[in-house]
Amino acid sequence: MSGTILEARSISKRFGGVRALNNVSLTIERGEIYGLIGPNGAGKTTLFNCLTGMYQANEGEFVFDGRRLNTEAPHAVAKQGIARTFQNIRLFSNMTALENVMVGRHLRTHAQVFGAIFRTQTTRTEEHAIVDRAHELLRYVGIESRANDIANQLSYGDQRRLEIARALATEPKLLALDEPAAGMNATETASLRKLIVALLQDGITVLLIEHDVKLVMGLCDRVAVLDYGEKIAEDVPIKVQRDPKVIEAYLGGTVG
Amino acid sequence: MRQLFEFRGGSFASKAGIAFVVVALLLLPFALTQVGTAWVRITNLAILFALLSLGLNIVVGFAGLLDLGYIAFYAVGAYVYALLASPHFGLALPFWIILPIGAFVACLFGVLLGAPTLKLRGDYLAIVTLGFGEIVRIFLNNLSQPLNLTNGPRGIARIEPVRIGGVDFRSTDTWFGFQVSGPMKYYYLLLVVLLVVIIINMRLEDSRIGRAWQAIREDELAAKAVGINTTHIKLLAFAMGASFGGIAGGIFSAIQGFISPESFVLVESIMVLAMVVLGGMGNIFGVIAGAVLLSFVPELLRYTVEPMQKSLFGKMIIEPEVIRMLLFGMALVLMMRFRPAGLWPSSARKRELGRRPE
Repeated sequence: MSGTILEARSISKRFGGVRALNNVSLTIERGEIYGLIGPNGAGKTTLFNCLTGMYQANEGEFVFDGRRLNTEAPHAVAKQGIARTFQNIRLFSNMTALENVMVGRHLRTHAQVFGAIFRTQTTRTEEHAIVDRAHELLRYVGIESRANDIANQLSYGDQRRLEIARALATEPKLLALDEPAAGMNATETASLRKLIVALLQDGITVLLIEHDVKLVMGLCDRVAVLDYGEKIAEDVPIKVQRDPKVIEAYLGGTVG
Repeated sequence: MRQLFEFRGGSFASKAGIAFVVVALLLLPFALTQVGTAWVRITNLAILFALLSLGLNIVVGFAGLLDLGYIAFYAVGAYVYALLASPHFGLALPFWIILPIGAFVACLFGVLLGAPTLKLRGDYLAIVTLGFGEIVRIFLNNLSQPLNLTNGPRGIARIEPVRIGGVDFRSTDTWFGFQVSGPMKYYYLLLVVLLVVIIINMRLEDSRIGRAWQAIREDELAAKAVGINTTHIKLLAFAMGASFGGIAGGIFSAIQGFISPESFVLVESIMVLAMVVLGGMGNIFGVIAGAVLLSFVPELLRYTVEPMQKSLFGKMIIEPEVIRMLLFGMALVLMMRFRPAGLWPSSARKRELGRRPE
């Protein structure tokens, strides 16, 4: 349970003339919580999107779990074991909480049209397993009582949890959370924190983009700071906090 | 096989209700024959449209892809049947061989259309499918030379009727003292096919594939992120929808005995789409209701508008066809205003379309 799980090698991404990411490299160790912070527009979400196949990086590559990561399509990335959540929650909002998680099982199940039409023994067994696993995951994130509620009727915090449950259904080795605490109140943030710690204990590596500095500093093992598309620091939180470059990026130019 | 007829909630009332519907459906053609055999034919066409609507419902209702050229698959199925069971090529294969071939060929056409176009979204996809529908029709119209494949605009005539174990579906027989006409036999055949298609639809909807379709409809990006190969799954929707269209087309060919490209014009595609939308996208029984309604109303008008005008004014002022289109347009406008999700929507669709966009 040690060693590097994800390595980003000199990732660059341009949008027209704008360099959203410039030569960003980082390594995430297996079993850690890795924080990615930076001011607005620093390129955090762009990096996320390159990693999860939503965008194609112009240069550089990712090595995941010892192999080159195929970022051609999001579903290929998910298959290799990276799941993500979105900054502005993207649930299947008119499906129930349970169905949302069941969709997450798509990747690791196999029923095809034939099995669906003839309801073969294999398909029925698989279908039961999907439902059971979905309930299990809802229980894990603490919203099992809402299983049959429509996703967009859940509270904000519960929607975040549901999105995590859906991501977990794909059996990821690395879970990438894009600002999971955004818009949460203190209680919700505290329980999110517990959930992330639980994930870690269950052997999932977590990559966290977050604005809530307190959460990041208290939770992450290591933190990388992006500013204007470049990595300006990468270290344990306590050292990053004192890094003059980081302070400058967050507070503006040096005084005097 | 017990699984096949699993009904939710097995109370006595619901069982009695189902039994009543079954008996009514079985006796319906006898009642209709009393009014006129034409009505049995009209009912048959309504069931054919229900089959088509159910096929299109997979594409439009389940997966949320707008297809304006769906009738092309119906045409493919119809021509496959016509070519394999008519003097045109001198073939007369039995229908239970041709129908699967027709479904398969239509399915191929579905993939042919889907593979290059499914990266498009919404309106763009609709335009391309519309073009595809026209291309198929124009091909059928022109493939009479150099090799006479489709006999061009003259169409293909003398198509063999369905024959099952010596029973000819075009002639009238007397069974147990009852006169059973050709259209009545087709009615029962169509009823069986419809039942099978309904069951397939229900099972597809409630499966791993069906959930993936719904997920794509709700949020394509999120669907990709959880590992759904959206191109593959959309293609599957096109292929499944197309093969149902092919089956319906084959039966249409057998019933009519004559087909020509004229039967597969754009208006037919739009009609089927209107049935799906009016009935309630995504809801199997809503879609069937839409198909039956839109098939019967024009016929009722045909039988009432003309005599009514003649008795009122002494002559015909407005053609039934015009009134039909007028009512049709009005119904759609009213529906969009008051029931945007259809007469009998699926619960998820109701939630999607019922709320104002945020």
